[in-house]
Formats: sequence, structure tokens, C-alpha cells
Amino acid sequence: MITCPIFFCAYIKAMAKIRYIEHNGKEHLVEVQNGLTVMEGAVQNDIPGIDADCGGSMSCATCHVYVKEDWYDKLPKKDMGEDDMLDQAYEPNSKSRLSCQIMVSDDLEGLSVYMPEKQV
Amino acid sequence: MIKTDVVIIGAGPTGLFCAHQLGIIGLKCEIVDNLDKLGGQCIELYPDKPIYDIPAVPECTGEELTNNLIKQIKPFKFNFHLNDRVQELTNKDDNWIVTTTSGKKFQTPNVVIAGGVGSFEPRKFPTKSAEKFDGTSVLYSIKDKTIFKDKSVAIFGGGDSALDWAIELSNSSKVSLIHRRDEFRGAPASVKKIKELSKKSIINLFTKYSIKDVKGNGTLEEIEIKSEEGESKTIKADYVLGFFGLIMQLGPIADWGLNLDKKTIPVNTENFETNKKGIFAIGDICTYPGKLKLILSGFHEGALAARGCFKYARPNEKYRFEFTTASSTIKNRLGLK
Repeated sequence: MITCPIFFCAYIKAMAKIRYIEHNGKEHLVEVQNGLTVMEGAVQNDIPGIDADCGGSMSCATCHVYVKEDWYDKLPKKDMGEDDMLDQAYEPNSKSRLSCQIMVSDDLEGLSVYMPEKQV
Repeated sequence: MIKTDVVIIGAGPTGLFCAHQLGIIGLKCEIVDNLDKLGGQCIELYPDKPIYDIPAVPECTGEELTNNLIKQIKPFKFNFHLNDRVQELTNKDDNWIVTTTSGKKFQTPNVVIAGGVGSFEPRKFPTKSAEKFDGTSVLYSIKDKTIFKDKSVAIFGGGDSALDWAIELSNSSKVSLIHRRDEFRGAPASVKKIKELSKKSIINLFTKYSIKDVKGNGTLEEIEIKSEEGESKTIKADYVLGFFGLIMQLGPIADWGLNLDKKTIPVNTENFETNKKGIFAIGDICTYPGKLKLILSGFHEGALAARGCFKYARPNEKYRFEFTTASSTIKNRLGLK
């Protein structure tokens, strides 16, 4: 466990603000700790629209989000297999990602993700 | 009507190990699963992926784990009811009447729901218009391929099912294959074959397209597909096949009057009973403070739920805890001398 208070402060500060936009337009702006995934950020903050049935093992396609063009290109590239899973998502397009595969870091400060109409 | 001590819903690792624990304490059970094989998510989602957190098993695949669990319960000779789904649970005196989609009925004092995230079902087309043709000309699996002879068939998807059927049906049908991107996840040999057939105009290949509309008056006549840029095309089709993989749906479980928390069932941690007497929930589908979605947690939950089942199955007997290393009764049950 983290016991050093100075380290602890530094640790909890490492967050990025992520904006989750539901299909109906409702926005949720939350701070997600670095190292978590965008999916975990949604689940831990009870944001509706991301199911994450498989818990982040890239075995389902129920944490599907759309990322706007400018951000899409800035994100780390998709790993092998992510597009294969996205084939099985609800209405995927060329800006689709699985949010369990997007790791939060300082670089993602201000990222907006859009939820599809539904996940299943 | 099949009478038994316990009906287990779900033949994933948790359901299988719960069956083992029931066998050890001398109870009978019947196991129902929607899939056509045992193993649940381990087999359907990640048969080849190594798992590293099974106690005392440093590394094994989903398939190996499943095979070992099946081997472990073999001595008890339990019945499996595969390709079937529990549809209804009704209360009768101190028993539950369990009815499956195929019409099987069980009478049992205990039901253990080990249903993972629900049952696996094919992902369907998002278009509303496809619904009215569902099961007639819009299909998600093929039972009889002869119906497609000399017909126009539009196949959607980029995996092995889509590619294999496109190749197979192109022998005697007019096949269009539509996929949302240029790459296919199917086997490279099939992808090569598809490209050859497309070059020879035997298959009409449309990549970077998805479904927009399904049209027809009574019978299906044509479909409209769209590109991401908004361009659309109309294709003549007598049948539409969608192969988008499987999704997990809670399904009828939601209608049984159980308390639900999102897609999970709250249970106590003493014996994993739900708010309904004699209905237990274990594995990924149950929730309680501190719940971990690990296979090992499912094993623990199954062991305790089995003891919970004992008191309803044998109301006049007192459950006696025994070790497999020491008990001759257990060794008999395992068929050991």
C-alpha cells in the first residue's frame, strides 16, 4: 500500500479530465486516474452507456465509444484484435474504439468520447 | 418432469465446479446451458487465451480449464441439457418448476444461477426494418442451406462464419458480401478465396459499407447499404444473413422476480442465496460487497451454494462436513476404491 504522504499526493493528482457524452447528448465530465482505462473511468463513476460485460478483457464489444477525429488520431493506435471485436459492436464506424483499450494519461486531458445509442 | 435436487443454469467453470461440490455432498443435479458446448465464456470467448490466476495452476487455457472441470465431475454422471435455455421459474409448494425453451420441465427445491453475463445470443442488425423479417429472410445462423439455392443472398460480417458461408453459398446462390472495413478477421486462406471470387464476379464484395434498410412487402426484396460518407447502394436480396458474433443477454433471468443490480443479482455471502428461497446465484452474475469477477471466486461461491442447497434438498438430514482426503463416503461417490 501507499503510505508515504508525499508520494500519495503526487499519485492522486495524476488524473485527466474525460468527457463522456451519452447518445442523448447528456455530458459527464469526470476526473479519471492515470493508468485506468476510459472504460473503468465510466464504470467507476456510474456513467450509463458503457456496459463492459467482459470486464475489460477485450472479449466483448460493449464498451464501444466514438472518438472525434482530432482526438482519434492522437490516441495510441489500436492493438491487434480491437478492430476484430469492433466488427461485433453496435453500429461501429471508422472513429470507433473500445474504451477498455484506451489507457488514461496526462496526454488525454480533455478527451471527449461519444457513446453509441446502445451497446447490445 | 425430471425431479432433481438442483438445477444449475450455466455450464461455465463456476456451474461445473458447483456441480462437483453437489456431487461430493451427495446431491443430484441437472445442468442447462444455452450454448452447444460446456465451458461458457472460457470456451466461447477465450478458448486459446492463457489464464494465470487459477490457484495451483500457473497457466492454462480456457479450453484446458473446461476439460479438467468436465473430467472432475465425470464420476457423478450428471445430465447436461445443452442448446437449451431456462425460460421460466414457477413456485410450487417447496419446489421450483423450471421450464426450458425446448419444453423440458424440472422439479427441484434448488436452482443455482451460474449464468455469467447472461446467455450468448447472436448480435442482430441495428435496423428496425430487419425485425419484421427476423427468422424468415433475415437470419443469424443457417440450419438448412438448401433454401438459398438460386436465390440472392446478402451476407454481412468479416469473420469466419461470414466468409465461409459466402464461399459455400456462392456455388449455388448469388452472394453479396458486405463488411464495415477493408480488413477481415477470418482465416487468411478464406480472405484470399473471397478476393478471388470477387475478382471473377462470382461474389459481389462491398467493403466499408453497413446496412441501412431492409425493404420488401411481405417478402424481402432488396436491401440498402450505406458507406460512412453517406453514399448508399441498393442490392437485390431474397435473404440477409448477419454474422456479427455473439452478445450476452440477461434474457429471461430478468423476469423471475429476483432483485437485480444492473445486470447482476445480489446475494448473501453465507450461501449465495438470492431474495428468493432456493434460488442461488454464483459467478459473474452475482454481486455482493467485495465481489471479484474471478473464476476462483466462482469456485468458492459454488462450494458454499452447494451446502445451501443441501438444507432444502435434504430437510430432514443434518449436513456433515467431510474432507475428500479422509471420507470413505466421498471416495465412494467419486467411484474410488
